[in-house]
Amino acid sequence: MADIDVSDGGGHKKGPGVKKSKKKNARVDLTAMVDLGFLLITFFIFTTTLQQPMAMQLLLPKDTDRPEEQNKTKETGAFTILLGADDRVYYYEYMDPTAMQVTTFGKIRDLIIDKKRRTPKDDLVLILKPSDDATFKNTVDIVDEMTINDISRFAMVDITPEEYEIMKSKANLPVQE
Amino acid sequence: MPRFKASRKSTWVDMTAFVDVAFLILAFFMLATKFKPDEPVEINTPSSVSTQTVPEVDVLLVSIDKDGRVFFSIDNPEYRRAIIENLNSTRNLGLNESQIRNFLNAPSIGVPFSGLQSLLSLSVDQMSKYHQPGIPVNDSTGGELAFWVRDAIYMAAAKKQKLNLMIKGDNATKYPAFRGVLKAFKMQDQNKFLIVTSAEEPPVGSPLYEKRLTETRR
Repeated sequence: MADIDVSDGGGHKKGPGVKKSKKKNARVDLTAMVDLGFLLITFFIFTTTLQQPMAMQLLLPKDTDRPEEQNKTKETGAFTILLGADDRVYYYEYMDPTAMQVTTFGKIRDLIIDKKRRTPKDDLVLILKPSDDATFKNTVDIVDEMTINDISRFAMVDITPEEYEIMKSKANLPVQE
Repeated sequence: MPRFKASRKSTWVDMTAFVDVAFLILAFFMLATKFKPDEPVEINTPSSVSTQTVPEVDVLLVSIDKDGRVFFSIDNPEYRRAIIENLNSTRNLGLNESQIRNFLNAPSIGVPFSGLQSLLSLSVDQMSKYHQPGIPVNDSTGGELAFWVRDAIYMAAAKKQKLNLMIKGDNATKYPAFRGVLKAFKMQDQNKFLIVTSAEEPPVGSPLYEKRLTETRR
């Protein structure tokens, strides 16, 4: 068979009275070793962080009260995105909050691309206004959307009370298709 | 009558290959592993398409958990000592030497100045279990976090170093807490941040996707 035959084939090769040195079985029980190996593997799997975190750059404008230091935006190039509760997104163009409309994160990309297409490159400015009801995820997502759509000029600004009121009044409207 | 003889097969299995594979995987995990940093709260970061890796040295990290509690941590022990000593004298915290030494080992701080003394009286093990209410932040002044940030930046500047300002927030963190943290940085004229996110692929067909595609083709 596969095992090495260690049995004495009968007959004393070394002569009578000479004790044959006993051959030990060369096989080692590896079960315990495997157990230990997999235990360590599980330990490393649980403690490891395989996915490296990534850093997203965020540059904010300086707070300034002096109007000459503030960047001027052309009205036609402005596109304001407001973030509300329950992942709802509101937007309006031309600095006119009364024309505010409701949409979702899924559709905002098409709106941004559409606006980008319609506007001369140097005029386009996106204004992001997260409200108090928005989450950190919403904020990161919308800034990320700027990177995705290759928007170079955008600003994150606080929401005004008027805008917040308008947003609230539209909070129960169904999302427009 | 022929006697039925069940052939007894040996139950011995050759595990050599099994061991080989197990230790190969083990070696992989040991090399690929990076231990999760010690954090007082669990934070699930949002994802972004960014490809910039998180810097590992000279990091000032402000974490915000899902309830809006703010935590401050800084990796360099030299700065930690200078910061706590400066805060101790300017804010009259009344910390003794052992509490200051305890701060050097503390993973991150999430208590107002008034609670610092009782937090730092605990051992590091107890500290991780201690419920920290978060550093107060505030829209108009930046709250107490502004003092922490100011001292950290000042200490780094004294050593001609620039800190990497990082903000780590939870998916469910409400915006006001984040705005308060931003305000605390802005109070010190810091306008450039890194937000810790998990990686994500850009959506197919988007301008960024096209851009990266042409970059890889080149």
